Amino acid sequence: MADTGDDDDDRYRIKEGDYVVLKRGDIYKSVQILSKKKVIFEKQWIFLDNAVGCLYGDTFEIGAGGGLQPQNTKTTESPPDSKVAGTDNRNIIDDGKSQKLTKDDIEKLKDQGLRGQEIVQQLIENSSTFSNKTGYAQDKYIKKKKKKYENTVTVLRPNCRILAMMYHGREPGKICHLRYDTLAQMLTLANIHANSKVLVFETCAGLVLGSIMERMGGFGTVIQMFPGEGPVRAGVESFGFPAHFYETLHEFPICHLNALEAGTLNKRPVAGEKESTAEEEEVLPGADQQDGSPDDQSMETVSGDAKVQDQKQKEEEKRREAKALEKKVKLEEKQRKLAAAAAQLDGRNADGLVIASRFHPCPVLLRLLRFLSPSRPFAVYSQYLEPLIECYTKLKEQGGAVGLKVTDTWLRHYQVLPNRTHPRLLMSGGGGYLLSGTTVASERPAGSLQSEEPAPKRQKLKDTLG
Amino acid sequence: MSFVEYSECIQDSDVAIIYLGHNSVMPVKVQHGAQTQTRYGVIRHSSDLIGQRYGSKVTCSKGGWVYVLHPTPELWTVSLPHRTQILYTTDIATITMMLDLKPGSIVCESGTGSGSLSHAILRTIAPTGHLHTVEFHKQRSEKAAEEFSEHRVSHLVTVRNQDVCKDGFGVTGVADAVFLDIPSPWEAVGHAKAALKKHGGRLCSFSPCIEQVQRTAEALTDHGFEEINTLEVLLRVHDVRTVSLPLPDYGPDCSAHPEPDAMETPPPPSHASISMKTTTPPRELPGHTGYLIFATKPRT
Repeated sequence: MADTGDDDDDRYRIKEGDYVVLKRGDIYKSVQILSKKKVIFEKQWIFLDNAVGCLYGDTFEIGAGGGLQPQNTKTTESPPDSKVAGTDNRNIIDDGKSQKLTKDDIEKLKDQGLRGQEIVQQLIENSSTFSNKTGYAQDKYIKKKKKKYENTVTVLRPNCRILAMMYHGREPGKICHLRYDTLAQMLTLANIHANSKVLVFETCAGLVLGSIMERMGGFGTVIQMFPGEGPVRAGVESFGFPAHFYETLHEFPICHLNALEAGTLNKRPVAGEKESTAEEEEVLPGADQQDGSPDDQSMETVSGDAKVQDQKQKEEEKRREAKALEKKVKLEEKQRKLAAAAAQLDGRNADGLVIASRFHPCPVLLRLLRFLSPSRPFAVYSQYLEPLIECYTKLKEQGGAVGLKVTDTWLRHYQVLPNRTHPRLLMSGGGGYLLSGTTVASERPAGSLQSEEPAPKRQKLKDTLG
Repeated sequence: MSFVEYSECIQDSDVAIIYLGHNSVMPVKVQHGAQTQTRYGVIRHSSDLIGQRYGSKVTCSKGGWVYVLHPTPELWTVSLPHRTQILYTTDIATITMMLDLKPGSIVCESGTGSGSLSHAILRTIAPTGHLHTVEFHKQRSEKAAEEFSEHRVSHLVTVRNQDVCKDGFGVTGVADAVFLDIPSPWEAVGHAKAALKKHGGRLCSFSPCIEQVQRTAEALTDHGFEEINTLEVLLRVHDVRTVSLPLPDYGPDCSAHPEPDAMETPPPPSHASISMKTTTPPRELPGHTGYLIFATKPRT
């Protein structure tokens, strides 16, 4: 452990403000390290202050007040080595009395601040049947009790694997039930890599976007097409990317796509933008007044203090001016961003497309595919198979893509232990479906009808590629 | 063209992928004056390929046509010349994510085999990462090195011709991830541990048989690896098609009013059917490729 002059140790240290992932067993939770901030994890209050300065991957014991104590390097699990074990369970009777400790006793042990491992030890010593159990059953018993009473948490550096597993375990609804192995397929099928220009449309809390950004390592360009008011990026934040990663990230509201394609983006949408933001922000101060000030004011008028009211009005005015200025700056920033994203899209030379949303994928795919260069891969996720069948059919009709495949993956985990190896659980169906393919140059500019194609050529098409 | 960077047009000495049809692709080394035979006729590189945009349709001599695609690791995997059994995209995708690979990762791999996984790793770790790959079969290692240079990724990879079980990876304390696809991975676990960074890293071993998994898992435990996790990923390809389900003929409808106007309604067509779009799984699908064992090397 001695850090003999290893100067890059610093890169592996947990710092204040870092986004980290807490882990216990198979449970993950993403949090930001903030001083004196209470975090709830697995029904326990925790303060993460003590983790600052420790190394990523360190495991901590949770103290009485929720503070963390670094675990002494590998408290080697040495349950009773006095290996007394039975061979089978023919004489083990379930009378409900094998455990001599009562519920209250266990609570008392906990209150005494006994460590998880010590409680487990007590439970074993007070179990009359433990020594009659087979070695395997003993292992299982210890494992189960440890899981229940263990009081440790490991602090990990977030990445695509960990966050994808976390979201799938905790909030599958937020990521359209996208299982992590499906996400892995998507990133590979879309050939996501550094120095490319990738188009993303997702409503998976930013998990898909973050995974793409991780694979691009801050090299290249990502354009996020977003529905509604603004892009959802909670999941991206959890990755804790360095600031320069965000310089490569552009966003474009999908509600301006029509304008962009019609070439009217520069005039109309800006006005539209102004309207919407103006409305939004005007509502806020108004609401403010309704909330508190009318009452206050009426009371003050009763007291007849006009001066105070005057002053208040002045302050109000100042506040409004400041707000207006802020609004203007924000709006300009927004317009600049929009123009930058539009410029990126205008080239219609994107290198990859990933769609994973709660929207119907078919119209989205057909629209966004136009922004890709020929010979570029794309991957579309859907929780359901049927919409992808439609995508597949439409693309076949329309052309412009080859190597179309509708797939899903099954993931099976295994328990591997001496003499006890078997599949753990079968996950099927729930991981969602993918449509993938590669764009090719279309015969005619986008939008041309198939019926315009000369008949003999189509005949040949069937002959050769049937 | 390069396997790690897209380019727009086909140039001399590029590797292009000819798309002949569903599940039928072939790689072509583009050379001035060269010709390639396909079942649709000859492709003349100078006139048909060089200077063309990737993704264009190329008409062959017999009037048939093909598409010419930019190479990607995934297209390479389904078109490369096999020198060994190879890993396919489904496993590769899982390995890439579960090993936390990204630009800048330093990876050790053995054996190199036909280079299917190697290309995918190089794509992901470019432009700042490096792959140290070890292959004990001399001819295979030379061929792989040759391919890496043809594919313009040789600056990202070092190929070593040695026995990983005896001599290790040729590097120590530098890797973020190690991948093993060898018959006796348990003999290489010690070397894998040595190759990984002091701060830790990830390991994956691919084995077709459960006995290999068992021994590898034991070796990993003995060497202090944590989070040992074995899994298997199966790909299902859904064949999209229109099916037509016939409706049975129930005979004349007697329950209807026995009135004259009922007689006027036309009798139902005898061969009525409903057609719909659906998918069918292929009759046979790969049921097993190999078990993937993942583990984390903790900080030492």
